[in-house]
Amino acid sequence: MNNIKHIYLKELKSYFNGPMAYIFLVIFSLVNGYFFSNTFFIFGQSDMRALFQIVPLVYLFFIPAITMGIISKEKNIGTMEVMCTLPIKDHELVIGKYLSILSLLFVGLLLTLIMLFNLIAVGTNIDYGAIFTGYLGLFLAGSVYASMGIFASSLTDNQVVGFIIAIFFVLIFFLIDKMLIFMPNAIAGTIQYLSIDYHLSNISRGVIDSRNLIYFFSMIGLFLLLTIESLSSRKWN
Amino acid sequence: MGQRPFCKRNKMIEVKNLIKNYGPVKAVQAINFSISDGEIVGFLGANGAGKSTTLKILSGYLTQTSGQIKINNLDIIKDSHEIKKMIGYLPESNPLYNDMVVYDLLEFTANIRNITGEKFKQALHTVVEQCGLKGVLHKNVGACSKGYKQRIGLACAMIHNPKILILDEPVTGLDPNQIVEIRELIKNLGKEKLVLMSSHILQEIEATVDRIIIIDNGQIVADGSTKKLIKKHKGNIQLSLEIKGATKEKIKKLEDQIENIKINKINKSQFGHHVEIEYLEKNDPREEIFKIITKSKWILLEMNPKSDNLEDIFRKLTGKNIKA
Repeated sequence: MNNIKHIYLKELKSYFNGPMAYIFLVIFSLVNGYFFSNTFFIFGQSDMRALFQIVPLVYLFFIPAITMGIISKEKNIGTMEVMCTLPIKDHELVIGKYLSILSLLFVGLLLTLIMLFNLIAVGTNIDYGAIFTGYLGLFLAGSVYASMGIFASSLTDNQVVGFIIAIFFVLIFFLIDKMLIFMPNAIAGTIQYLSIDYHLSNISRGVIDSRNLIYFFSMIGLFLLLTIESLSSRKWN
Repeated sequence: MGQRPFCKRNKMIEVKNLIKNYGPVKAVQAINFSISDGEIVGFLGANGAGKSTTLKILSGYLTQTSGQIKINNLDIIKDSHEIKKMIGYLPESNPLYNDMVVYDLLEFTANIRNITGEKFKQALHTVVEQCGLKGVLHKNVGACSKGYKQRIGLACAMIHNPKILILDEPVTGLDPNQIVEIRELIKNLGKEKLVLMSSHILQEIEATVDRIIIIDNGQIVADGSTKKLIKKHKGNIQLSLEIKGATKEKIKKLEDQIENIKINKINKSQFGHHVEIEYLEKNDPREEIFKIITKSKWILLEMNPKSDNLEDIFRKLTGKNIKA
């Protein structure tokens, strides 16, 4: 547990010591703010649907961008060799790094609260429950994408390749339910269940269903497990 | 360097039939060796000989294809976590986090090794003194010179005062002064720890270690102290002479006058002739040569015997130059 904390703090420090965290947070907020405010005054509705629709799209590129170097860069410059010869277990390394990405994501979502304050200032009859579950859904979807990103990064020592593989995974699970009409009925239900958007839209409506939570947590678990396996495979190469 | 009499002799590293294949490439082929506490051992070999692979396996970064490795009586696969606690490892290219402050990097490494608070302060003080890091402690690693980076890597490897230090090419890229400093540091560390270092710089190995393991094509071709290796593999002695006042033909006759010598070369030099003679150590012809020269009223300008050094032995054993 202590090792997870030390790795988490080291990663977080390195984001904020360099430009990466600031670039991510500023651009993430600007893009979301632009798309949110573009339609906010036109529709005149007291909800944050516009934000909850745009953030998953922004995730598609932003999360692979912040995760692409998390392991591949260390492999490339050789620091992974140092890490792996310290008394750190592979799962501690992966979880520490993963939590640091989630923290960055969390701060990114916190910055979008400025739009909520706008809504509170001008809106009436605000459904706070739906907004809370909307944010929860965004955070969980981001967490799934981050787990895919960290796995993609563990597969290569090239950051660009890590980015492309992550986009590939993220797009598959984002687009899969948009292709349901081409699927045979027998598997359509299963395919839909695999889609992130399907579960996200359920949660964003204000319903916290255990099926959705199980989906998010099992996807995170699966990709983190794959990352741990991918890291430990170095020993047998 | 001779072996130090005051060292304890517990077997710390025992390697039996170690094999490591990278796919079809056989990097290490059934090597065996053991190293005791307090020894400074040098792995010598050309690039690609299997030095780094062996060290990577010992450090726990890679796993062997087959064979058994015991470190302090613990199995390297079953007890890898425990073994990592007692090893300090400096990888070949000394990879470091360039965006971290030196202090933070040392603190992180110490924390991972469960050294915190007051213990960390003491450990930090020791490694900063030993590695001479006082001036760069609050700098970014990336802003430090190569020499300092090497010392930072070394400080990270030894902040937990490990029983075993594994250093892969610790002096590569350093200037001569820095090499001497690091060499002294390693020698001092070797008084109380097992130090296993690799290098393809021969002088480095010769000056620093007690015992040399020469590795070639994944196999150990020699293992012993420098003196023992030179004694065991020594060939003929080469005698270099410079003689004034003699002709080439007369010099050639030396071969007939003295038994068991072979003249390899006679070249004209600035003042006379430069001659190279080969002989076995037991048939030292120098006295006779000197007598013949004085009798013939030639002038001897130089007489310099040269026996095989480690580099010659390395070349003999592996058929390669050290810096291949």
